[in-house]
Amino acid sequence: MSALHDIAKNGFWKQNPLLVQLLGLCPLLAISTSLVNAVSLGLATILVMLLANFAVAGLRALIPYEIRIPVFVLIIAALVTVVDLSFNAFLHDLYLVLGIFIPLIVTNCIVLARVEAFAAKNGLAAATLDGVMMGVGFLWVIALIGGLRELLGQGTLFSGIEMIFPSLSGIQVLPADYPGFLIMMLPPGAFFTLGLLIAGRNWIAARANQRLLNQGHLTDKPAHSTPTIAA
Amino acid sequence: MSELPDIATPPQRSALYIALRTAAILLAFTLVFTTLMASAYYLTAPRVAASAQAEKLRLLAVVLAPSFYDNDLLNDAITLPPASALGTSENTHLYRARKNGHPTALVFEAIAPDGYSGKIGLLLAVSNEGQLLALRVTQHKETPGLGDYIDPKKDRNKARPWISQFSRIGFDRVPQAQWRVKKDGGHFDQMAGATISARAVTNASGRALAWANANRDKLFALPANSLYQE
Repeated sequence: MSALHDIAKNGFWKQNPLLVQLLGLCPLLAISTSLVNAVSLGLATILVMLLANFAVAGLRALIPYEIRIPVFVLIIAALVTVVDLSFNAFLHDLYLVLGIFIPLIVTNCIVLARVEAFAAKNGLAAATLDGVMMGVGFLWVIALIGGLRELLGQGTLFSGIEMIFPSLSGIQVLPADYPGFLIMMLPPGAFFTLGLLIAGRNWIAARANQRLLNQGHLTDKPAHSTPTIAA
Repeated sequence: MSELPDIATPPQRSALYIALRTAAILLAFTLVFTTLMASAYYLTAPRVAASAQAEKLRLLAVVLAPSFYDNDLLNDAITLPPASALGTSENTHLYRARKNGHPTALVFEAIAPDGYSGKIGLLLAVSNEGQLLALRVTQHKETPGLGDYIDPKKDRNKARPWISQFSRIGFDRVPQAQWRVKKDGGHFDQMAGATISARAVTNASGRALAWANANRDKLFALPANSLYQE
């Protein structure tokens, strides 16, 4: 159980795909302009990561080491295509909202990274949980960034929610004559927000570490994990 | 290769054998997953086509009220080649609305090539009397929160979005020379600080309206599903 607990914690916090591994920056820049867009992409990403990790963990005995990358890419691309087509056919209203995001998931290297680093070496249950939790870790960070950019950029929250729930509408949080803060809506705004969040995460991790150090539980572990792969 | 293998190790395979085996496995994966994608495509194709058709009608209904026509709008279409007056660079479709056999309106696409971030796709309905019935932005890449008010879904003025200025208006009320944004000395409002998007849409709609008025009779006379030539 504790192994599964560790997997969940890694995806959510310790090895968070956006804050620690710095993976998936391309969809982050493109989609985190509003809270609704960000959450929509995050949910679609969770679904694809669940399926990709499940499929690779199940098939890993059949995949030769030398050609694992092309096979992984093939599996991920095929799954994304099937998800895209099924949404279009069976959940058409949701597809109109998520439709443009689903093909974008292929560009998210977090999917390939987790398949390669985890699903190819672990069992079905652990790999599936890893896919879901890495997706959840992606979701909450991109949602936070989307919310902050939308709030500071145009003074609203939940704008565009009427595309998903027609009875609801966005909320004007800041005064209606708020002039907007253009740079937050442009890609640099995503980088600034992400940078501040990474700094905040490292600060919290460093404080927690310092507390353990003071209690004598820990001696020389680094205060935070450094990014292993940049993308 | 000169060493003798240990008795316990499996027999050495030649490089060619390993290469062929790996290629065969990759081929097998490709076949399996291509089959998966192809079956998903064929299973979903009818439903996807049906929703695309419904989607098109819904989009047309935004600019043209169903009370304007009683013909099969989607099949009373003609193909338009690229036209400079419409800003199009590919073939587009034009739909002809008729009621009791009489022409009532034309629905067609136009492109404003000079948006702030590239092209802005427009859908227009023009009545037989030469009025622009309604105008909608179908696709654009204008700056979110700034120029994107040209799309009523993004316009913060929900009661009277910017684009509604172009409902039921023609050259009889706003002469073609006045069909510009106020900043250019014309009739139509724009939002301060985001003029370029509004100017692009206004100018393109004026050109498209003039084109429809000049070509209306020819357009209605063509048989359905034919190609229009200037």
